Amino acid sequence: MTVATPPAGQPTAKDFASDQEVRWCPGCGDYAILKAVLKTLADLAVPREQTVFVSGIGCSSRFPYYVSTYGFHTIHGRAPAIATGVKLANPELDVWVITGDGDGLSIGGNHMLHVLRRNVNLQIILFNNEIYGLTKGQYSPTSRQGTRSPSTPLGSVDYPVSPGAFALGAGARFIARSIDTLQPHLIGVLKRAHEHRGASFVEVFQNCVVFNDGVFEDFTAKAIAPEMQLHVQHGKPLRFGKGDAKGLRLDPARLAVEVVTVGENGVTESDLLVHDEKNRTLAALLLGLAPPAFPTALGVIYCDPAATYEEQAYEQIPAGASVARADLERLLHQGQTWTVAG
Amino acid sequence: MLMATTSPPETGQGTREAREHVVIRFAGDSGDGMQLTGTQFTVETALAGNDLATFPDYPAEIRAPAGTTFGVSAFQIHFGATDVRTAGDDVDVLVAMNPAALTTNLRDVRLGGTVVADVGAFTERNLQKAGYAANPLDDHTLAPYQVITLDISKLTLDAVADFGLGQKEALRCRNMWALGLMLWMYERERATTVRWLEKKFAKRPELVRANIAALNAGHAFGETAEMPTSVVGYRVAPAEVAPGEYRTVSGTEALAWGLLAGTRAAGLRRLMFGSYPITPASPLLHVLAGLKQHGVVTFQAEDEIAAIGAAIGASYAGALGMTSSSGPGIALKSEALGLAIATELPLIVVNSQRAGPSTGMPTKTEQSDLYQAVYGRNADAPLAVVAAATPGDCFEVGIEAVRLATKYMTPVIVLTDGYLANAAEPWRIPDVSDLAGFPVHYRTDPEGFHPFLRDPTTLARPWAVPGTPGLEHRVGGIERDYATGHISYDPENHERMTKVRAAKIAGIAQDIPLQDLAVGGPGGRLVVVGWGSTFGPILQAVRTAREQGLDVAQVHLRYLSPFPRNLGELLAGFERVLVPEMNNGQLVNILRATYLVPAVGLNKITGKPFKVREILAAIHAALEA
Repeated sequence: MTVATPPAGQPTAKDFASDQEVRWCPGCGDYAILKAVLKTLADLAVPREQTVFVSGIGCSSRFPYYVSTYGFHTIHGRAPAIATGVKLANPELDVWVITGDGDGLSIGGNHMLHVLRRNVNLQIILFNNEIYGLTKGQYSPTSRQGTRSPSTPLGSVDYPVSPGAFALGAGARFIARSIDTLQPHLIGVLKRAHEHRGASFVEVFQNCVVFNDGVFEDFTAKAIAPEMQLHVQHGKPLRFGKGDAKGLRLDPARLAVEVVTVGENGVTESDLLVHDEKNRTLAALLLGLAPPAFPTALGVIYCDPAATYEEQAYEQIPAGASVARADLERLLHQGQTWTVAG
Repeated sequence: MLMATTSPPETGQGTREAREHVVIRFAGDSGDGMQLTGTQFTVETALAGNDLATFPDYPAEIRAPAGTTFGVSAFQIHFGATDVRTAGDDVDVLVAMNPAALTTNLRDVRLGGTVVADVGAFTERNLQKAGYAANPLDDHTLAPYQVITLDISKLTLDAVADFGLGQKEALRCRNMWALGLMLWMYERERATTVRWLEKKFAKRPELVRANIAALNAGHAFGETAEMPTSVVGYRVAPAEVAPGEYRTVSGTEALAWGLLAGTRAAGLRRLMFGSYPITPASPLLHVLAGLKQHGVVTFQAEDEIAAIGAAIGASYAGALGMTSSSGPGIALKSEALGLAIATELPLIVVNSQRAGPSTGMPTKTEQSDLYQAVYGRNADAPLAVVAAATPGDCFEVGIEAVRLATKYMTPVIVLTDGYLANAAEPWRIPDVSDLAGFPVHYRTDPEGFHPFLRDPTTLARPWAVPGTPGLEHRVGGIERDYATGHISYDPENHERMTKVRAAKIAGIAQDIPLQDLAVGGPGGRLVVVGWGSTFGPILQAVRTAREQGLDVAQVHLRYLSPFPRNLGELLAGFERVLVPEMNNGQLVNILRATYLVPAVGLNKITGKPFKVREILAAIHAALEA
């Protein structure tokens, strides 16, 4: 293994790339996500030796091999558990979890639930391509009903899980979404995820060119993107569409949101919902929006920090306590003892 | 072991008959507090200077319907004036708090033994629940035994009448009355029990007073000779034991402390224990969770897989990761164990074995996970396996497991069982300042580093911990190149890596003691080979057989993978090899396969430990065959 010398001055994305050849399919959305992550690490100038990427199994989980920090490519679905152990051993480490829709929400769904509710301070990036790529194209837990795949030749019958709604239900305190091809947006979201203390859950819509090409076209296609993407910003009205002509208004009678056009039917900007990252109910509404009736909400949808798992766990351990200095003598003589004279 | 009379019975008020060994079993409803009663009797017995061994036997149901046979909870203690190695073959005194306790435990009482029964609990309804058509206290059921029938229920109610308890709470003091009587019968003190009651019920002073009153009333009942004239007190002289400071210890406590001591000896800052609740392994999590002031981190995970996953993550990050479970949970961990083997990380996995397969009999002991420990993973996935023989031995085994895991960068499976986990024995507190250190050295030098560069002697890879500048690297489950550590699908490389992983574990044999004989010398007609908690009964049986003039020796294995390097030669010196195991034959087959020795098994799969006489009979049979 070659050891690169630490970069001087402001690092570049290149400084965070490993010497390993990237082995994803040409055109895979993973390349764009890798690029965004490397750029994020460089912009934040994170210390490489303090940074750990932990992944499970699947196309996305090859990720750690391509980053020049510490990396652990583990087993299917278990990355959140292993990352929790890393943080419990050394809370100072900056840990990213890389997972996919099958890894994180099918075989590893239980771990995802618990790592989110515990609020372990991790950045969890879920690459959602709505398909199993590495095993050659079976439908996944996020695949839409009717997905034809080698294992569902007549179309899948099960209803999909919504990653964002799952995360919110699990008790996540940070939920964001972006798209592989939206580089600046994705980098912004990743920086926010990194800044957040606690479990940051980021769903990235990622195109699988081989097995599920264009599955997100209903909101990612260039021609319709403005109409079908709602880029949320804290404190700003929820507007979208060409020239931000449209917006979301709450219908209190139905406790539902509706799409309105500013300037039509007496609608003004003050009628629109204003994004509030700390509003969990609003987050639930935004995460539930889906094409074709609604745009897909992107950006930081929910962010309401709370104490992290590992800091609370360590509050129960006296500062400076170390097994290397454990007072065994006292421990073994605690309680009832008796002496047999020689 | 039978109750041996060492001197003619004395008679008359205030005299006591001498006994060398006694086995008492307290049995009652799971809500009757039999485990607490037994534990307190154990403490007072240890303080009286006897050697002892205990065997708690409790049902899986927390509170089974009162009075039923499946809700019976029992606690057995064997104590004596000489060496005690087992919880006892036969019960000398059975304290039966209800008919269900009598019917489920009577078969273990030796003929002529004593049955103490609370007649107050032998109601028509309780008799019916226990399946008795007629009251066994009134017919000839108990004719072969010495029976002491007392209305413990009423005597307890009388004793606690002044404390304003309801009938139900008052009756819950019955166990203390029975304990008081047994403490009198065997000439034990009560002071420690009184202090324990004061602490336990500190928030309910009336319960403290009532329980102490019941305890004293039971004791006074014996003392003031209200007992039937045929019954006297006994005297069991203190055992001759090595000088030093002693305490009682359960296998669980000793193992927790051993793991802590080992991690300290390795000079590591953190022990990270991830676990998921399962019987009978959970108490290890409880003990370690109480050691946070020593820098221990515990993690109750969402499942068995997350428990080992977090332990692996912790080891990867430079702590010593540990996990524990019982067979079914270990099965769930096996994929992750493969990851720890592939990435060559130190890891401790404790298996408190129980009767299986599947849920089996969770509270009953067995040693049927040896195959699982040695072989139970996909692919060629060797690791080190060690087993503890006694509760006290768990301490040393815990330390040794840490030494092997850190020195060889490997998972180590520690096998205990339900019996060892719960059983207690007096333990001479070791001088921990004497413990040899085996400090771990993390790799820090980037020069020439790659993550699978091996130590030429141990074949262990370096422990390169995140946070170390210049050692940034990637590891994972994918096969890696021998020379660079990068991922590799090269066919020859995979064969080489498989061989080197095997050689690393096999090489541990050079770093562990030669196998010794627990009893006897090398060579002869028969050697009895055991592992784990069967040590005590095998030892007693082999000693007895030798006293009878038989040519028999004992080998007891701590190291099960790899075996000590002289084991094959040692076994080859004997004409016959007998392998008693609480399973359907596992070590016996591994020994046969490894050394081509004509080993035969003695298998007991009842969920209960071996009796000495069962092994003794097999020794006789083997030598007569």
